[in-house]
Amino acid sequence: MTIVVTDNCQLCRFTECVSVCPVECFHCDDRMVYIDNDVCIDCRACIPVCPVKAIFAEEDLSPEQGHWVAVNAEKSRVLPIISEKQDPLPTAEGRRAELGY
Amino acid sequence: MRATAMSARTSPPLGSESNPLRAAIVGSGPSGFYAAEVLLRRPHTRVDMFDALPTPFGLVRSGVAPDHPKLKQVCLVYDRIARSPGFTFLGNVTIGRDLSIAQLRGTYHVVVIACGASTDRRLGIPGEHLPGSHTATEFVGWYNGHPDYQDRKFDFSQAAAVIIGQGNVAADVARILATPVDCLRTTDICEAALAALAESRIRDIYIIGRRGPAQAKFASVELKELGRIRDCVGLCNESDLGLNPASQEELAHPNSDDNRKNVEIFRSFARNVAGPAPRRLHFRFLETPIRINGDSRVTSITLARNDLVGSKFEQVAAATSTSAELACGLVFRSVGYKGVGLQGITFDETSGTIPNAKGRCLDGEKPVSGLYVTGWIKRGATGLIGNNRADSVETVGSIIEDLAVLDPAPKPGAAGLAPALSRDGIRVVSYADWQAIDVSERTRGQPKGKPREKFTRIGEMIAAVDQAEVTQRGGANEEVAEVEP
Repeated sequence: MTIVVTDNCQLCRFTECVSVCPVECFHCDDRMVYIDNDVCIDCRACIPVCPVKAIFAEEDLSPEQGHWVAVNAEKSRVLPIISEKQDPLPTAEGRRAELGY
Repeated sequence: MRATAMSARTSPPLGSESNPLRAAIVGSGPSGFYAAEVLLRRPHTRVDMFDALPTPFGLVRSGVAPDHPKLKQVCLVYDRIARSPGFTFLGNVTIGRDLSIAQLRGTYHVVVIACGASTDRRLGIPGEHLPGSHTATEFVGWYNGHPDYQDRKFDFSQAAAVIIGQGNVAADVARILATPVDCLRTTDICEAALAALAESRIRDIYIIGRRGPAQAKFASVELKELGRIRDCVGLCNESDLGLNPASQEELAHPNSDDNRKNVEIFRSFARNVAGPAPRRLHFRFLETPIRINGDSRVTSITLARNDLVGSKFEQVAAATSTSAELACGLVFRSVGYKGVGLQGITFDETSGTIPNAKGRCLDGEKPVSGLYVTGWIKRGATGLIGNNRADSVETVGSIIEDLAVLDPAPKPGAAGLAPALSRDGIRVVSYADWQAIDVSERTRGQPKGKPREKFTRIGEMIAAVDQAEVTQRGGANEEVAEVEP
């Protein structure tokens, strides 16, 4: 099983996921976070805490979201780990409202 | 407070090179390790972690099911924390028996209670103590090799078992009972459990929920797994899957993903036919056990039929006057873990937690200086492994805020406890000792294709440490090596 972050994550950085991750498997760039599935232990603690429902198990992805598995794998390889909750981006609340959560 | 003011003038600042912050953590499960991790990010900090067992990692070792090995990889994180400078493990030391909380408070600047929730909630019904009626904790501890539960006996010659509760622990119990034993042979389930389960004649397993299918607490992935067990079929009655308007509203809520998926899975179970499957998992809803029946052992359980009352997300089960008797030889209650108090610390029996404000232990309204709490004993037995990380970050945040007001007088830490421990003949197990146990367990598992064969008795664990020391000395000393066979 693979857990991935998808496009809902962009421009928010609420990072509730990071605060409950037991293994520090989240990486981030300026836009969003990604999961390193070589480190992730499939505990799924991050899925329900995401305020914008960006995180899914691979089997729950829609066909249009399938490419996020590869994106998470590639990005997490090159980007730095985030091990602590960050301050949300200024665009975060707007993003949440736009997504209707 | 006069002594504090005096020592404040005379001591080097707390958390400096000549006066390191000394913290004791009671318990080596996830919440304890995450607290250690955050504390050790500060310079000049020493963390001594105590555990009643010689083995660390709490419920990751003795709670996480043997057929969920990926979750156990979290131990790699704890191992890294344990190897960091400033960390000391003191296993095989029971706080409250070998050392008191008062002793720890005298020896450390801060004491963090992270001992989890070690017992079960009771049903409080007649017959609960009959032979054949067990707690989920006992069963889980037994198959995972926890030394406290190795003398428990479970009568798997019975045809029917009932599990009370519909959460993830109930799912583990059901899965271990239902899974063909050949599928468990290459897990780290302990040898005795494997042998006993191999003789199991259980055919029907009933999983009873007080409320309806929309309120079942299973993570949907766990429920789905129960539907995929080899030679086993998940069943439920279509008539049990009707949803009242409040439950329909609950399921429509955006945060009810797991509940929606669960109801879908139950619907698929309702379409299953029992057929020739050797084992059957029956999911039943809106029933509360009111009596466990039998003279010398469990022979049946009486279940009251419930109605759901209340508004959405606040619906509770209300027993009706209708009840039914279900024949069974085993009952496992899995209605929540509960914490146990420690002498010297205010405890709330109802919630099974230590009253606290952001991790500061409270005595009435007032925080107790230098005493903190984290994990299940702080917030109650809910959440996944990672939720303890957020919890421990909060508790250590409080510790750091309080540094300025803690008594800064230098404290000796474990060195100050050594005389008492050695006088009482307590064999302290270090992290290096645990590593020797770990290697020995992995070696024992190898020929069987298991990741490890756990030692299930404290005596065996200590013997493994002794053996490793002998071997090491033998390797360093050729004369000894020659007399070894």
